[in-house]
Amino acid sequence: MTVDAAKLVRMAEQITANMAYTDDVELVAARVADHLNRFWDPRMRQAMAEVANGDADQLSPALKAAVRQLHGVAGEGAL
Amino acid sequence: MNLYYRVGAERDLGTPAVIANSAAKGGAGAAPTVNVEIDGRSVAVPEGISVMRAAALAGANIPKLCATEDLAAFGSCRLCLVTIEGRKGYPASCTTLVEEGMVVHTQTPRLAELRRNVMELYISDHPLDCLTCAANGDCELQDMAGAVGLRTVRYGYDGAHHLDKPKDESALYFSFDPAKCIVCSRCVRACEEQQGTYALTINGRGFDSEVVASQNDAFIDSECVSCGACVKACPTATLIEKSVIEHGQPESAVITTCAYCGVGCSFRAETQGGQLVRMVPNRDGHANHGHACVKGRFAFGYATHQDRITTPLVRDSIDDEWQAVGWDEAIRTAAERLQAIQARYGRKSIGGVTSSRCTNEEVYVVQKFVRAAAGNNNVDTCARVCHSPTGYGLKTTLGESAGTQNFDSVLEADVIMVIGANPTEAHPVFASAMKRRLHQGAGLIVVDPRAIDLVQSPHVRADYHLQLKPGANVAVINALAHAVIDEGLEDEAYIRARCDLEAYRIWRAFISEARNSPEATEALSGVPAAQVRAAARLYAGAGNGAIYYGLGVTEHSQGSTMVMGIANLAMATGNLGRPGVGVNPLRGQNNVQGACDMGSFPHELTGYRHLSDEATRRLFEAEWQVALDPEPGYRIPNMFDAAIGGEFKGLYVQGEDFAQSDPDTQHVYAALSAMECVIVQDLFLNETAKFAHVFLPGCSFLEKDGTFTNAERRISPVRKVIAPLSGMDEWDITCRLATAMGYEMRYSHPSEIMDEIARLTPTFRGVSYAKLAELGSIQWPCRDEASAGTPLMHVDEFVRGKGYFAPTPYVPTDERANARYPLLLTTGRVLSQYNVGAQTRRTGAVAYHREDILEIHPTDAQVRGIVDGSWVGLKSRAGETVLRAKVTERVQPGVLYTTFHHPESGANVITTDNSDWATNCPEYKVTAVQAYPVSRPSEWQEMFHRFTAAQQQLSEQALSEA
Repeated sequence: MTVDAAKLVRMAEQITANMAYTDDVELVAARVADHLNRFWDPRMRQAMAEVANGDADQLSPALKAAVRQLHGVAGEGAL
Repeated sequence: MNLYYRVGAERDLGTPAVIANSAAKGGAGAAPTVNVEIDGRSVAVPEGISVMRAAALAGANIPKLCATEDLAAFGSCRLCLVTIEGRKGYPASCTTLVEEGMVVHTQTPRLAELRRNVMELYISDHPLDCLTCAANGDCELQDMAGAVGLRTVRYGYDGAHHLDKPKDESALYFSFDPAKCIVCSRCVRACEEQQGTYALTINGRGFDSEVVASQNDAFIDSECVSCGACVKACPTATLIEKSVIEHGQPESAVITTCAYCGVGCSFRAETQGGQLVRMVPNRDGHANHGHACVKGRFAFGYATHQDRITTPLVRDSIDDEWQAVGWDEAIRTAAERLQAIQARYGRKSIGGVTSSRCTNEEVYVVQKFVRAAAGNNNVDTCARVCHSPTGYGLKTTLGESAGTQNFDSVLEADVIMVIGANPTEAHPVFASAMKRRLHQGAGLIVVDPRAIDLVQSPHVRADYHLQLKPGANVAVINALAHAVIDEGLEDEAYIRARCDLEAYRIWRAFISEARNSPEATEALSGVPAAQVRAAARLYAGAGNGAIYYGLGVTEHSQGSTMVMGIANLAMATGNLGRPGVGVNPLRGQNNVQGACDMGSFPHELTGYRHLSDEATRRLFEAEWQVALDPEPGYRIPNMFDAAIGGEFKGLYVQGEDFAQSDPDTQHVYAALSAMECVIVQDLFLNETAKFAHVFLPGCSFLEKDGTFTNAERRISPVRKVIAPLSGMDEWDITCRLATAMGYEMRYSHPSEIMDEIARLTPTFRGVSYAKLAELGSIQWPCRDEASAGTPLMHVDEFVRGKGYFAPTPYVPTDERANARYPLLLTTGRVLSQYNVGAQTRRTGAVAYHREDILEIHPTDAQVRGIVDGSWVGLKSRAGETVLRAKVTERVQPGVLYTTFHHPESGANVITTDNSDWATNCPEYKVTAVQAYPVSRPSEWQEMFHRFTAAQQQLSEQALSEA
């Protein structure tokens, strides 16, 4: 992977934190996934999916759930 | 096709029209009229206007000196006397209002005698050097002497006079010759009424009366901000542009639009043949109403600066010398290299960036080039680094990515809240309108870490200055909203009628939580809870509360959250959808709004329509005859990261200077160095061009036909005043590049590009150059072909239907002061300079700001041994630079402030890659730093100077040949 994965994780966690006005993890995850699907280049989404496939525990529960809902990534639903 | 025409002289009707606020009236509705008889002619004129204006409307120009349409009537020169049947004496027509049935005579033998006597007195104390005077041909005193038939001056010229007074040539752009002054006070009133600075005054009484700047200071040392209002107002040669002294009177004028800030002032570009003599603000300009600032009015010398590159340049590597080539070769080289990169690294390995300084048409063709010719969506615009959170935040809450009001709306505001904006420096002409309203008594709340001028300046004092710590914006906006709800100040009926109630219920529960209270957030923001509550009461209870905000809102890790927080507060208090209220982003550059409107963002097409919307995509596919990728491409920072990662290799950069303007300079340098083909299209070999392989010379705004869209969604014409110095229109460069890459793009005139935009964009329906010529300017949205535009948005309902309250949790930025970096650096602008300074540094205005200065509080300076004027090292986790210190209480303890107008300052060597969560807009406004005394430039600065010298050498040969 050529993109800086740590930076992508930091950006995705930042999005998650800003969506987390509620304790409902599934709701937050859905909103995070929608944001990433709408605004991230698929190559970045793919890189996030690879992070999740590798070391999912470094991700917050909402982000982990969000990555499962990303469009157009290989290994979708692999978690 | 030439839809443009040169225009004649502006006519001055003597006193202002009665302004029925266009926002209130929505531009419609005629004012009531009264019937008067002037010189035997019966006319119906608007109620409330002066006899002078009524006469002018009826075709009779009453002699005048102290009166001008731009200023309130003053009645001092006694030249405009008239007789009115049934009234005694000779009233001044400028200060006498029309009444029903009034019978006016503007010329009688007695009036002629009185006027001649007045002129005789004026001329007895005025130099008689008309033939060699700079105002010859544009002097109202000369005109009036002619109009009243002055033939002799019985008093002689030997008595007491003012003819020996020395000139003051200290101002950069104009001269002040008190010997020619007739003390009509137009300059003093212009400074007060139009500009709102109060720099000029009349000193002394009676015969000793004289115009002085500040406390009888030289202009350059006074409070004068060189806006030029006094120069335009002066009826003689007393205050006159140095360019007119040098060149003589202009013979022709073209109406065009300023290329500096997002106010988008309309100007008359006045010329002699191909020589621009001066820029004069257009009285009919809908954004500026005849006012200007120092940049737009005077700082146009960059357009003909010797640094302008007018020949295309190419080279293989950035270590090679530039070669001057013809246009065909440059275009062919650029196209071949981009195609070779795509062949080797894939279709998505290249991209383009559009410029907010270019026209809508130029921006549109660049994004079309990327999507249709390059076949991907790697297109972004410099709004990424300024107002992208505005787009996201306002679209989410209100449904449209734009400000809600026209500028004139501020004249009906009862309380103005300015958040993270410094209009007197960055949007001076709008600031003058705002100050006019403040002088009338509107309340003012300033939310800013610094004590900006609006906090306290002549006749302006903020009711509340919420001096928050950098990074605490969302805590403060939440606290304001909490106070509104907590104290029952919300507009329940408005919310019920206009907003999504389920979203409101969720938001209300969220905002009511104790963590959002002013008391709980006080420790985070540093703003006393009582002040927050008082400000909330003032704003919510005002009647009309208007919010204006700038980059101090957007350029944060929570920029988008803050924009939504502002919209929430406005909705909760019912402050949207009528004149005098609203949520108004002040855009930094002239065409930020337009560049965003034109589909520059990687995820959307023109008019903010997401690529995933199939109907929209089909519309473009049919027009462009190409298949579009439905997935978003890279944003600017993603492009840089991907370049460093080795998968992004080619970039076409339109009028944008990342290497100076974007954060974390060393990261940007690394990204640009990693690319195989960087194509820069610009006026100058800017910082980014040091990393370029192809340089395509662009056009200044004086060399273009097109349109700019300002911060109030106003599409205004930009008109060619002189031919492109490079011989090539900028839109045509892009079209040729696309065509050379195998995707044919041809237009014969930019009006055809606008026609295409209008065909494809619902909010631009019916916009055309012919309509712009007819109306002067148009505020989108235009929902149908007949629309004349929309000054106010969200009037009956929000664009998204029901207003959406978005929960806005406060998430602290990672850039926090700590033991290693205990101070917070924030950045901003100064009046005389514009953005990276590429333009303003190449004008006389550089004299006002020769270097970027670091503001530091006396306490922080003292403990570090930093004294005023000394060199200060500044270090963040991103880099290190050195700036000169200014010790001042404008900044609070713990906060530093600087600007980034000069590249060698390295302000962006310090700023980090932290960015807004939703849009990646960089967090320019908060960087944790340490400061310490030093005696030499930083390592980066030394490298910068070596690199600059080396690059200069690599262009010398080519430029001397060219």
